[in-house]
Amino acid sequence: LRALPPPVAVGVLHTTRPLHTTQQSLAPVPPLPEKGGEVRHGLIPEEFFQFLYPKTGVTGPYMLGTGLLLYLLSKEIYVVNHETAAAACILTVIIYGVKKFGADVAAFADKLNEEKVATVLAMKNETIRTLQTAIEEEKKEQWRVEGRSYLFDAKRNNIAMLLEANYRERLLMVYNEVKKRLDYQVAMQTLKRQKEQDYMIQWVEKNVVQSITPQQQKESIAKCILDLKALSKSAHAAV
Amino acid sequence: GPLSERPLLEVRLGELHTWISTCTFSPRGLLGAVQKAWSSYCAKYIRVRQGGPAGVSMLLAGYCLLSYGWNYQHLKQHRWRKYH
Repeated sequence: LRALPPPVAVGVLHTTRPLHTTQQSLAPVPPLPEKGGEVRHGLIPEEFFQFLYPKTGVTGPYMLGTGLLLYLLSKEIYVVNHETAAAACILTVIIYGVKKFGADVAAFADKLNEEKVATVLAMKNETIRTLQTAIEEEKKEQWRVEGRSYLFDAKRNNIAMLLEANYRERLLMVYNEVKKRLDYQVAMQTLKRQKEQDYMIQWVEKNVVQSITPQQQKESIAKCILDLKALSKSAHAAV
Repeated sequence: GPLSERPLLEVRLGELHTWISTCTFSPRGLLGAVQKAWSSYCAKYIRVRQGGPAGVSMLLAGYCLLSYGWNYQHLKQHRWRKYH
């Protein structure tokens, strides 16, 4: 995530300050040192002995201590009273306790510490793993984005097909409507012609029937009778 | 480094009075000095992986000495000899 350029908030106050450009940061915290400063006899730091070593050698601080103690006692700057006896007993007990149980207590405390560190470390690893998976998911999403051109092509095709289908539907509708109207016209014309024809035939027949006079009727009937007679004679002959 | 920035243990005896003249004696400066001394003591003797009895025992010894000093006038009356 550090490779990404840092986002700079858009605002009058923030754009002038670049973010995360220096190396100094509060995390990761440097680990604790293994051992503390050296202390001799549990009371006097080693630096004191080293300080006196060049001038007085190894026994210098001890001589200093002895001389100081004798001076304090002889001048009674340190008064020996009941508290001295109490202090001596208490110190004996404390030193005996520390020497005997020190290591066990230290191991127990170390174990507690170890557990705490282990839980926190587990949390840290869990977070790192979650973030890793998130990164991979993000990369996958970025890869998927590359396929969007195909998606849009498919969508475009869909839309084009819809439009085409709609257009053809309407075309068909137009054709049907026009055909209906034209058929109507044709039917009208045929009907009209038929009616005219029928009327004309009827009129011709009527006129013909009217034009047959009674004279013509008699003549035609006589002719028919003569024809019939002739026919019956020929039929007789045939039989 | 410069004289005012060095810790007290690295100042030589001859430069001690110049070092004292450089430090600020305002309450904030004194408070800062006390805080720095305490935090450096903690970092050296207490905040370690394997601390021993030394870290706490030095504090207790300092406390014993201080309380002896505060009660000295009362303890002086329990001396054994009159003349030393």
